[in-house]
Amino acid sequence: MPTATIAGQEVQINDEGFLTEYDEWNEDVGAELAQNIGIAMTDQHWAVVKFLREDFKEKNQTATTRRVDKVGGFPTKLQFQLFPKKPGKKMSYVAGLPKPHGCV
Amino acid sequence: MNKLLVLGAGTAGTMAVNKLRPKLPEAQWDITIVEQQSTHYYQPGYLFIPFGTYQPDEVTKPTQRFIPEGVNLLQGEIDQVFPDENRVLLCDGRSLDYDYLLIATGTTPRPDETPGMAEGEWRKSVHEFYTFEGATALADTLKRWDGGRLVVHVTEMPIKCPVAPLEFTFLADAFLTQRGLRDKTELTYVTPLEGAFTKPVASAHLGDMLNTRGVHVEPDFMIESVDPEGKKIVSYDEREVPFDLLVTVPLNMGADYIAKSGLGDDLNYVPVDPFTLLSKEHENIFAIGDASDIPASKAGSVAHFAMDLFPENFLNHIQGLPMTQFFDGHANCFVESGNNKGLLIDFNYDTEPLPGKYPLPGIGPFSLLKETEINHWGKLMFRWMYWNLLLPGKELPLPALMSMAGKDTADLS
Repeated sequence: MPTATIAGQEVQINDEGFLTEYDEWNEDVGAELAQNIGIAMTDQHWAVVKFLREDFKEKNQTATTRRVDKVGGFPTKLQFQLFPKKPGKKMSYVAGLPKPHGCV
Repeated sequence: MNKLLVLGAGTAGTMAVNKLRPKLPEAQWDITIVEQQSTHYYQPGYLFIPFGTYQPDEVTKPTQRFIPEGVNLLQGEIDQVFPDENRVLLCDGRSLDYDYLLIATGTTPRPDETPGMAEGEWRKSVHEFYTFEGATALADTLKRWDGGRLVVHVTEMPIKCPVAPLEFTFLADAFLTQRGLRDKTELTYVTPLEGAFTKPVASAHLGDMLNTRGVHVEPDFMIESVDPEGKKIVSYDEREVPFDLLVTVPLNMGADYIAKSGLGDDLNYVPVDPFTLLSKEHENIFAIGDASDIPASKAGSVAHFAMDLFPENFLNHIQGLPMTQFFDGHANCFVESGNNKGLLIDFNYDTEPLPGKYPLPGIGPFSLLKETEINHWGKLMFRWMYWNLLLPGKELPLPALMSMAGKDTADLS
């Protein structure tokens, strides 16, 4: 498994650059991951990321954009504004989680 | 008397009762299956109806014909399951007790979940082909088609038979070419995925097939609404795709009673163990076929392979023994590509579709991820197999678990 140094910390990543260890993430890592894809984090960004991480802890899988809308209360439109073009992929990348499944 | 109650007499539910009835002594086990429709539909045939290849009566037979002796078939609509009381309530007020429950009510298209989709233009210039009514209505519209913008669209994954919208596009290309209308038709494929299909190697193959047919692909398109008056679909990131004819795959969801009963996830699929299909919450409930949340294709082949392993597990489980058969998410799908040719893909939870030969390594007769005529005939022959072998629960000479033999792994990076 490849590793990378993010925010001064060594983390394990997959071939798409997604973190593979839930516990290797912290807010500094999240901020730098966001920077990598051209996103400047705001409170709203952090609120979404926080929901994703909490939800993952409970369900052991990454919430889809639908779930972030219906359960998290962040409308899909807003998700697209915060994480343009590919919110599902970008949100999970910043939150240090696997890409949401449902793509089978 | 033990009671096994099966909800839904589609592909998975029908196979289940046919396989379990001979294994459960009639003196000890009562088996009841509840179904709201008196007709069993051969759903893979819907794809061919819009192009006039199949007539509507070729995909229907009475539900009763496939229910074996010794199984009670109740016609009715399910209102709610009370898992703590081991009881199911039907909409007409009947109440059914069970010891074990199999949920097999599948998944259905929900056009009303997307604003504008099910409104003014529904079944006029906005169509779907995942229901009998939809496929036959689309056949009428295509008969009168004289050119313009034809948009094939997928709303959100997962969908039943994820290759079907691609097949529809390939068949539409061939159909329009035969009618001299291809030059007058702009064909666009709109998908929420990054490419043609979900898995990389197959996505590249299928994407090439769209390119060579002059189909424009609009990827990463998450639909916000259909504008029936402006005749366009609009994405959350404000892209617009205009259409004269929209053939969409609406959002797919499990049955509403599942949500009402507190048994489902966001899309009303029942969370189960992916290897045994046992509910994660209830020790006496299984979800089989498309009704579960397993990360496999929602397809008849998946239901079939899972059902090859299920009876033995069920027999162990009711005796309090551990289940020993582990399903691998095996799927095997013919992909029609037009002009009497087709591809075949074979994959599971862990292995994506790869090129090669199936079922006999190096021999076939079917070729994986490659267009051949014999694949097409395999698809057509399958209708006979479905009615005569698959639904009655007879053994097919195909292994339930996926095999790597015959697969070419060179494309894997």
